[in-house]
Amino acid sequence: MQERVKKPQFDVVGTRPIRPDGVDKVTGRAKYGADLKMAGQLVGKVLRSPHAHARIKSIDISKALALAGVKAVVTAEDFPGQPSEFIPAGEGVVNYRDMSNNVMARDKVLYEGHAVAAVAALNEKTALAALDAIKVEYEVLPHVIDEMEAIKPGAPILHEDMITTGVTPAPTKASNISKRVEFNLGDITKGFAAADLVVEREFKTKAVHQGYIEPHACLASASEDGSAELWVTTQGHWVVRAYCAKLLGWDIGKIRVTSSEIGGGFGGKTVVYLEPLALALSKKSRRPVKMVMSREEVFKASGPTSGGTVKVKMGVKKDGTITAAEAEITLQAGAFQGSPVQPACMCAFANYDLENVKVVGFDVVSNRPKVAAYRAPGGPISTYGVESVVDEIAEKLGICPIELRLKNAAKEGTRAAYGPKFGPVGLVECLEAAKESDHWKAPVGPNQGRGLAAGFWFNIGGETTVSLQLNEDGTLTLMVGTPDIGGLRASLCMMAAEELKMDVSKIRPIIADTSSLGYNFLTGGSRATFSSGMATVEAARSIVKQACGRAAKLWDIPEEAVTFEDGMIRPAGENAGKHQPMHLSDIAKVAGKTGGAIVGYAAISAQGAAPSFGVHIADTEVDPGTGKVTVTRYTAIQDAGKAIHPSYVEGQYQGGAVQGIGWALNEEYIYGDDGKLQNAGFLDYRIPVASDLPMIDTIIVEVPNPRHPYGVRGIGETPIVPPMAAIGASVRRSSGVRFFELPMSPPKVLKAMKAAGKA
Amino acid sequence: MAHVTLIGNLRQYTGDVTEFEIDAGTIRQLLRKLGEKFPELAPHLEEGLAVAIDGQIYQDALLEPISPDSEVHILPQIAGG
Amino acid sequence: MAKHHVTTTVNGDPVEYLCESEQSLLDCLRDELDLIGAKEGCSSGDCGACSVLLDGRLVCSCLILGVEAEGKNVETIEGMAQGEELHPLQRKFLEHAALQCGICTPGVLVAAKALLAKNPDPTETQVRYWLAGNLCRCTGYDKIVRAVMDAAAEMRGA
Repeated sequence: MQERVKKPQFDVVGTRPIRPDGVDKVTGRAKYGADLKMAGQLVGKVLRSPHAHARIKSIDISKALALAGVKAVVTAEDFPGQPSEFIPAGEGVVNYRDMSNNVMARDKVLYEGHAVAAVAALNEKTALAALDAIKVEYEVLPHVIDEMEAIKPGAPILHEDMITTGVTPAPTKASNISKRVEFNLGDITKGFAAADLVVEREFKTKAVHQGYIEPHACLASASEDGSAELWVTTQGHWVVRAYCAKLLGWDIGKIRVTSSEIGGGFGGKTVVYLEPLALALSKKSRRPVKMVMSREEVFKASGPTSGGTVKVKMGVKKDGTITAAEAEITLQAGAFQGSPVQPACMCAFANYDLENVKVVGFDVVSNRPKVAAYRAPGGPISTYGVESVVDEIAEKLGICPIELRLKNAAKEGTRAAYGPKFGPVGLVECLEAAKESDHWKAPVGPNQGRGLAAGFWFNIGGETTVSLQLNEDGTLTLMVGTPDIGGLRASLCMMAAEELKMDVSKIRPIIADTSSLGYNFLTGGSRATFSSGMATVEAARSIVKQACGRAAKLWDIPEEAVTFEDGMIRPAGENAGKHQPMHLSDIAKVAGKTGGAIVGYAAISAQGAAPSFGVHIADTEVDPGTGKVTVTRYTAIQDAGKAIHPSYVEGQYQGGAVQGIGWALNEEYIYGDDGKLQNAGFLDYRIPVASDLPMIDTIIVEVPNPRHPYGVRGIGETPIVPPMAAIGASVRRSSGVRFFELPMSPPKVLKAMKAAGKA
Repeated sequence: MAHVTLIGNLRQYTGDVTEFEIDAGTIRQLLRKLGEKFPELAPHLEEGLAVAIDGQIYQDALLEPISPDSEVHILPQIAGG
Repeated sequence: MAKHHVTTTVNGDPVEYLCESEQSLLDCLRDELDLIGAKEGCSSGDCGACSVLLDGRLVCSCLILGVEAEGKNVETIEGMAQGEELHPLQRKFLEHAALQCGICTPGVLVAAKALLAKNPDPTETQVRYWLAGNLCRCTGYDKIVRAVMDAAAEMRGA
């Protein structure tokens, strides 16, 4: 067993300095994806399928090309065909045939909004006229939208070569089920036989969009010698570079990608849509090409995450001990395989210490946009079902929902249902904090109900490179390659300041481009502060070592006889007191004369990421006249390991909770019988607004991660896992009705309350 | 010998065997020996896996050492949003 | 058809631009005047990222035509700080960590400034309803509301 790190005293870590990129963001100076202009740039636009499912019989671009001001048109013919194979890259494994066919349809369009062609023209008006001038002949095919319809025999088949994997013997006929997965622990038959109470329920969740306010945008400039520059809003520009190089057949090293400031991602900006098209159009037109999605395009052709069907069955003894847990999870993948069904299965029962578990999952394609990652992909969907059943068990057994969870909570040494045993984790600490919270202890308001749920996410590490330059005046320049979405630069500067005992305001961070730094995997999986922080600490320690080495040379004493403490470099041991101590900035001044610049560099593959558990408490009130649910009080409690900048940790808890509130109460993709999305705009796809919400209270629990120098865990994703079940449990008590389908929007709530005689 | 457990769908390539003892000093050696033992499994070991050694999950860490008495799980790779 | 010649005032400066009939004020600010602080999140007046003041009135600049700015006074985020001094709202947003990605921030700040000009002592509920037209997907609004209330208190000298 590993020893927990002892809680060190920090000077900078745990304080709340102003973020270094802040001023540019409150003055309008910060440059996002659509904010860069290049001389001679063209406007790129995409022609998209009006059909949910159709065969492309022909595309005639001649009239578009003949228009004055149209400089290039590309279709699937401009991209090399890719074999169907699963290659580890970026987000787990990638099938480049699917990716290529998603960014530009080949042979068939598989959803409304699927790209069919792209044009570059002198201005937007001309580009739009060119789209009108492209003639596409379609043979419209029957479509299927719902995942449970898509798996029925006789459903329209999207991919004629899709044979379900994970089933023995392998099926001989194509279906819309890409794969079946299964996770087992112990023996559920025995477990259910030992139960005094068995609760079995089926839940439905709808597809929801990440809803970043900044649409996808990029500016590409390719030159005649095969090199290219790309400015793009993304969670990972090295990943964009790799994807574009592969889809275009270009050299990775010749593409230089610069990440703009990013206006929200939440997983949705981990893939490519416009980028390869802009590069191809730029190469053809020999001009820079700027492409920006409209909000309608964002909804119809990017993201969302899966909707799904989750069946949960759990058995308990009268004393609350869970004896068996079973789930079947069917998730929409969109038009191409690859829903987050695997993590959904692995997360389903991760909150609990269980002996007997069986989880089966299905990855199902249908005529929807291909899903992209969204904050703890899959976790919120399965957790919604499981935590709702746990709440029902608590109600039926008359046990407090916190006590029931404490009785079964996963802790250090618990074998997760997906195999390995947990190291030190903080679920019990979060539940105890919930029990002691002002919120839990306060009386429930009149006509209100209170609900609680727990959540889990794995968190990851991965490849990260950081470079620190000690400047000649003693200031520091920090270069990192993980885009900063919510305060990363602040946290990294704080860790460097902590190591070097510097004033944090003397550190200037930049997000480096792909040609300036070694490989960085993307900002996702709650990894950026963890991984880039680890690399920053390593690079800072290298600076200390180099600085001590220079001092040793200046003093003519061995390097081991020099120490670094409180920002001062001192002779130690028998040399103590023999030389005037030097500040790090004194060494910086003479660096050029003692061997050259002092640069700390760390290129690592960060390992040792640790899971983060959270517990949310929600109070709601339901208007019996309209069915509208109002959240009246909310508390998010979560284990951060160690909060580097507590304000931005709280911000993650609050933001994730509110995304979950939107998922629970309002957000959904609504399709017509024609297979077209009916609410592709922020008016009809309603994300939470300020007046919908109360303050979101937070409690930061800190159970250090022994594998990080400061104890950091990832924290960004877990906050979206508990809210749907917490609100469901709360609405159960405020409305008297238990809901099994999201969103709990006013018409659905009113209908259910009427049926139950509560409205 | 490390005690190795296969999680999830990999069992279909091992004739439903999910647990075995393997003598391997690193994740790289472990994956190579697994591939030799179960040739059908070999190509799938290239497809984005995670390896947990005594509870700690490793990804893309071929050189990570495995102790002789370690508990090892091979599971699907984890990504995130 | 020839472009329109528009003469207007932006952040106190006299400016002129040429625009098409259908071009929005947002596009004119961004593309013709290189004022990129106002953002396009939806082009339908639902997200508020393009909020500016037109003769003191809070508007979504994506819903205003460029030609409508003729003779008017436009205020954008770029005009909010006075010289090297940040506006109290800008300062409070930094102190309260009221932004994460920052894409909605210019619009939220312009909207909040308009609120405080009308109502220097808003309640939490009034702040929430006034800002209901400015979508933020990162923060859950908690720290935004606190920053606005705190800035209001400071500006009142409370």
